[in-house]
Amino acid sequence: MADTAMKSIGGVLARQGILVAFILFMVGFTLWNPRFIDPDNVFGVIRSSAILGVMALGVTFVVIGGNLDLSVGSMLSFSAIVVLDLHENPAFGPALAIPAMFALTLCLGAINGFLIGYLRLNSLIVTLGMLSAIHGLTLTWSGGQNMDIANQNETWFGVFGRGSALGVPIPVLIFIGLAAILGILLGKTPFGRKVYAVGGNGTAATFSGIPRARVVFITYLVSAFCVATAGLIQASRTMGAQNTVGQGLELEVLAAVILGGASLLGGSGTIFKTVIGVLILGFIQNGLLLAGLEFYVQFVVTWIIIILAVWLDIATKRGKLWSPIA
Amino acid sequence: MTDQKPALRLEGIVKTFPGVRALDGVSFAVQPGEVHALMGENGAGKSTLMKVLGGIYQPEEGRIFIDERETVMRGPLEAKANGVMFIHQELSLAEEISVAENIYLGELPRKSFGRVDWDTLYSRTDAILEKLKVSFNARTRVGDLSIANQQMVEIARALTVDARAVIFDEPTASLTDAEKSVLFDVIADLKAQGVGIIYISHRMEEIFRITDRISVLRDGAYRGTLETAKTDEDEITRMMIGRSLDLTRRQAPATPGPVALRVEGLSCGDLFQDAHFEVREGEVLGFYGLVGAGRTEIAETLFGLRKPTSGRIFLKGEEVTITSPIDAIARGISLVPESRKEQGLVLGMNCRDNITLPQVGDLTAGPFVSDGAEISIYDQYRDRLQIKSPSWRTTVGNLSGGNQQKIVIGKWLSMRPEVLIVDEPTRGIDVGSKSEIHNLLRELAKQGYAVIVISSEMPEVLHVSDRIVAMYHGRVMREFTAEEVTEDSLIQAISGIEGSAA
Repeated sequence: MADTAMKSIGGVLARQGILVAFILFMVGFTLWNPRFIDPDNVFGVIRSSAILGVMALGVTFVVIGGNLDLSVGSMLSFSAIVVLDLHENPAFGPALAIPAMFALTLCLGAINGFLIGYLRLNSLIVTLGMLSAIHGLTLTWSGGQNMDIANQNETWFGVFGRGSALGVPIPVLIFIGLAAILGILLGKTPFGRKVYAVGGNGTAATFSGIPRARVVFITYLVSAFCVATAGLIQASRTMGAQNTVGQGLELEVLAAVILGGASLLGGSGTIFKTVIGVLILGFIQNGLLLAGLEFYVQFVVTWIIIILAVWLDIATKRGKLWSPIA
Repeated sequence: MTDQKPALRLEGIVKTFPGVRALDGVSFAVQPGEVHALMGENGAGKSTLMKVLGGIYQPEEGRIFIDERETVMRGPLEAKANGVMFIHQELSLAEEISVAENIYLGELPRKSFGRVDWDTLYSRTDAILEKLKVSFNARTRVGDLSIANQQMVEIARALTVDARAVIFDEPTASLTDAEKSVLFDVIADLKAQGVGIIYISHRMEEIFRITDRISVLRDGAYRGTLETAKTDEDEITRMMIGRSLDLTRRQAPATPGPVALRVEGLSCGDLFQDAHFEVREGEVLGFYGLVGAGRTEIAETLFGLRKPTSGRIFLKGEEVTITSPIDAIARGISLVPESRKEQGLVLGMNCRDNITLPQVGDLTAGPFVSDGAEISIYDQYRDRLQIKSPSWRTTVGNLSGGNQQKIVIGKWLSMRPEVLIVDEPTRGIDVGSKSEIHNLLRELAKQGYAVIVISSEMPEVLHVSDRIVAMYHGRVMREFTAEEVTEDSLIQAISGIEGSAA
């Protein structure tokens, strides 16, 4: 009797481990410092996680498809710089700057997708190369200068980053809305099913008549679309940007996706889990700040937690903690 | 010969896997200086037995003796330490390093401070290579060698230890005739040194050319030992094949309908050449041949996974070009592939999603996948194929091999194909599921499907096929009807024995 109860608890932990860990973590931190659960603090964390979160939604598609996207950080810088620059260009203005920026960012995603899907190059190499190449492209575009909106009071551009509706910040609404749409795309449509099949077993997908190259290509377009959205929020919130605004974000995004439980081998993960991963990462960093630690401590702690998460995940699958390379 | 102590003796070896008794009390002995053939159908237990000898599997019962000294093999290193060496069919060499390093991997000669003694390493290796009369030397990078020469490296590795028994597992599969004679000379040398040799092969001519005795396994059991000089192919074949109850030969074939698929002069590079055959609605066409004879490659070409170099394909009399699996599926061709884990299933997905995968794009309500449509397809094929799974949500990786295979078959049946190709329908599954799948294949033919079955198991081919195509080295050697085929003629055709070609 007790044995079955233990087993079913073990089963729940194995399946929903990340959710359980999240709840325990929240309860623990709240007991330690009640301010942690204060609505202002909670909304603050969600709002500050929105940019990372929107990017993580797209990378989730790429990772479930069995690939990596390390170019999203510098792609974010690119989209923020481009939309700000075009905003200031009298020929564009905000109404044209936004679609133009989306189109250009999607082109970058298409390059990733083409090289990885149709030329079958390794995604780590391609997106690492693109990380550097896009950074160069951004600097070329901006001439190395920061971009700022000169007359910030005369544009409606700030609404995406600073606005709110019904008391909820717009970035949070965008994050939730996009998570819902992409969650349905991944979980409920034939395309989503094909992403899981391609990442889970590419050969079997080919043998089932699934156009693997096209599926992989589209996952990179989804990723680029999410980056463009995040870049819009970023640019709109600060009304200005440095060329390096997205630097290092690619690893944080990947961390959130892994924390959510998507396997880097592909074929598993969900949008919901990624959202949880994003929130965990956000709340950890927030908790450390509330604890009075310097912000750079978060880099260390974040990575310890991620490695623990990966270890526990793989240990559950293998059924043992200690398993040296044989 | 028999008054000598055997170099290697096995006694009552038993090894079981869940649901299968893979080895059922196998005993036999190899004398020093003897070449002993081990024969049996695929799945008879040869490779399991070799894994027991190599220390990869531990037997539940039985004993192994080397020079009449009882020995327990707990791992590959222990097998080697006891003088048991393997020449594997699949090569296990590191391509980026030299021949010498491969041969002495893990026991490189050392100088002071642990530095490798390259001079000794190369001179020792060259001494061994000289015996093998090969055209490369100790310094050659293994990746630059042909497959045959890589095999020679494996053999050289076996010669470095004082071997008591050397096991050759299908060593000639990728060798030319000239390379074969070198190999046979090496075997003769080993024999002269008093080493016991186990030689596993399907090729009768080789068996008669080099072996002294032949032991036969069938269904995991030892069936006896013959003296090569006093036997013939017929006797060996009869011993190898035997018959289980459910594998009776097909009686009068069903009356087939119109031609569903016709292939004329189909070739694909070196893989297969000039294949002609047709399959009618309501019949099962069997393809039989050794691994590597080109059967799977023909199936993959028909399914659009390979591009033919010449030849024509007709579906219902109309010539077609098939350039991709998407194309093949649209034209009503389904392929249940050879390897269900690598090619057939997404193991981490549930049962339902695996079955509906090829048609998920059509099972929609608006833009969304229709749960109801998917579940009804799953239910239909679960009942029809008697798939035993707790629920459609069960991850396919958790099912037994037989049920996994049924999922793959269900996946392709649910496409309602004109032509159903099944490659190795029962590989690695238990006996019960085997006969269910055989019955299903017959049933499908009766319902009017045109079915192609590719198999390496002769009883299976004989049991399910109305006609049988025998292949050897990429060529269709002969086509048999169910009435005229005999085991002997089939074995001859797939062994490339002259005079059997039609």
